[in-house]
Amino acid sequence: MFSNHKYIAFETIVIREIRRFGRIWLQTLVPPAITIGLYFVIFGNLVGSRIGEMGGYRYMEFIVPGLIMMSVIQNSYSNVVSSFFSHKFQHSIEELLVSPVPNYVILSGFIVGGMARGMAVGLIVTVMSLFFANLEIQNLLITVTVVLLTSIVFALAGFINALFANSFDDISIIPTFVLTPLIYLGGVFYSVELLPPFWKFVSALNPIFYMVNTFRYGILGTSDVDVTWAFFILCVFIVILFTCCIWLLRRGTGLRS
Amino acid sequence: MTIAISIQNLVKTYANGFEALKGISLEVQEGDFFALLGPNGAGKSTTIGVISTLVNKTSGSVEVFGKNVDTHVYETKLDFGVVPQEVNFSQFEKVRDIVMTQAGYYGLPRKLAAERCEKYLRKLGLWEKRDERSRSLSGGMKRRLMIARALVHEPRLLILDEPTAGVDIELRRSMWEFLTEINNKGTTIILTTHYLEEAEQLCRNIAIIDEGKIVENTSMRKLLSELDSQVYILETRSQIPAGFDLKLVNTNLEIVDENCIEVTVSGGLSINEVFAVFSEAGIKIDSMRNKTNRLEQLFLSKLEGND
Repeated sequence: MFSNHKYIAFETIVIREIRRFGRIWLQTLVPPAITIGLYFVIFGNLVGSRIGEMGGYRYMEFIVPGLIMMSVIQNSYSNVVSSFFSHKFQHSIEELLVSPVPNYVILSGFIVGGMARGMAVGLIVTVMSLFFANLEIQNLLITVTVVLLTSIVFALAGFINALFANSFDDISIIPTFVLTPLIYLGGVFYSVELLPPFWKFVSALNPIFYMVNTFRYGILGTSDVDVTWAFFILCVFIVILFTCCIWLLRRGTGLRS
Repeated sequence: MTIAISIQNLVKTYANGFEALKGISLEVQEGDFFALLGPNGAGKSTTIGVISTLVNKTSGSVEVFGKNVDTHVYETKLDFGVVPQEVNFSQFEKVRDIVMTQAGYYGLPRKLAAERCEKYLRKLGLWEKRDERSRSLSGGMKRRLMIARALVHEPRLLILDEPTAGVDIELRRSMWEFLTEINNKGTTIILTTHYLEEAEQLCRNIAIIDEGKIVENTSMRKLLSELDSQVYILETRSQIPAGFDLKLVNTNLEIVDENCIEVTVSGGLSINEVFAVFSEAGIKIDSMRNKTNRLEQLFLSKLEGND
């Protein structure tokens, strides 16, 4: 085996993942751009102009960070879940399982692939947002770090979903019934300051709430949450989900009979 | 000689309680061309699944070139390549990308991977198809692509699970030639097949598996020597006279029609002695063929013995 064989294997998985979502760009890159563009026009421009200010900013400026984060979360998740399940469905995952690639390399490759799509869509949405709002990033380090960590969290979650999925229905249940409600209730469109105490408390249990607000802090310089606490939560999620993925891979859950 | 693969007391019970392997033990020497035969559901693919780590065993051990597949996961995987029964590559990727990706999984640097990719795609007649999506390939081409993919890291042991199923005769023969060539160059080959003729043509040693147990494990020559009778069908140019008899011990004769006769020869009697009787009777023989595949006969008798 060559000395850098693990890196070559990792690079191979990442390139294959990027090639996959690049090949089907009409399904992977264009739809989120159109959807988020419509959010900008309808909520930001038409409705937002009547709402006025939110959290001390124009409504359009307020929702832009949340919508960028929403696209990153959805695309990081869906890239991993659809790609990995597709490999399971076509049995091409066996190519990887019989080869000498350690589980952590397999996992890392898919995670980086998911992040690549999340970042690509996030970038497209960010460029689009410049047509609607003047964005001046207040803290570049926090902005980039939080978006990368969030992308890792949801790529890992997508991986677990794919391991347990037995049909194409199984890969759409979590995004539809769990992910979308969590994102919508995670402070993308409103400040939690508007909520009554009970719903404020419920929002505090939603991890996406911390991610969206920390990202908003990086861009606008204002947030409903403590940024340090938000980073701590993100890191805890990454450690738990990564460990869980490795354990499931080692057991062969959903992969080996 | 080095043992390429050693399986000891391998047991596999699936979650639904089905016992696919009931403690099989098997050894394959390095350089061998080994056949694993058995009817559907006998446990052949499960055995290959356990070796290639796609199936979790219940108990027992598997060693590849002296290393346990449980404790030396990555070293053992480097030593073998697997060609599965079902197509298991992405239908949306290009032929070349499939082989290059596999090379990447084995850590081959890009330049070497490209050389090997070209080498094996050319050898298996797929180089012209390298830029086509795999779903556009014919069934035979897909099987050859899986062989090219399994060889790209040049393993010492190649495991083929019914590689010629559904492949036409011409292509099957060219695949036999290719497999013989790589075996002659030192690659150990384990082959499962339903084509008993294939095993007889290619393999030096054989194991017959039935209901999760090895019912025979011997050399092909020894197994075939167990046959004590063969049935020949002779086509004659001249008409066979009514009441014609060979008058030889250890033979049985059945006239099929006036120009066709079926002769069963046993007990070590030479076919030349049969020809001599025909010659004396003035009957000219146009052609002769075996009625049944000899290995098939043996295979069925072994399975009956296991019932």
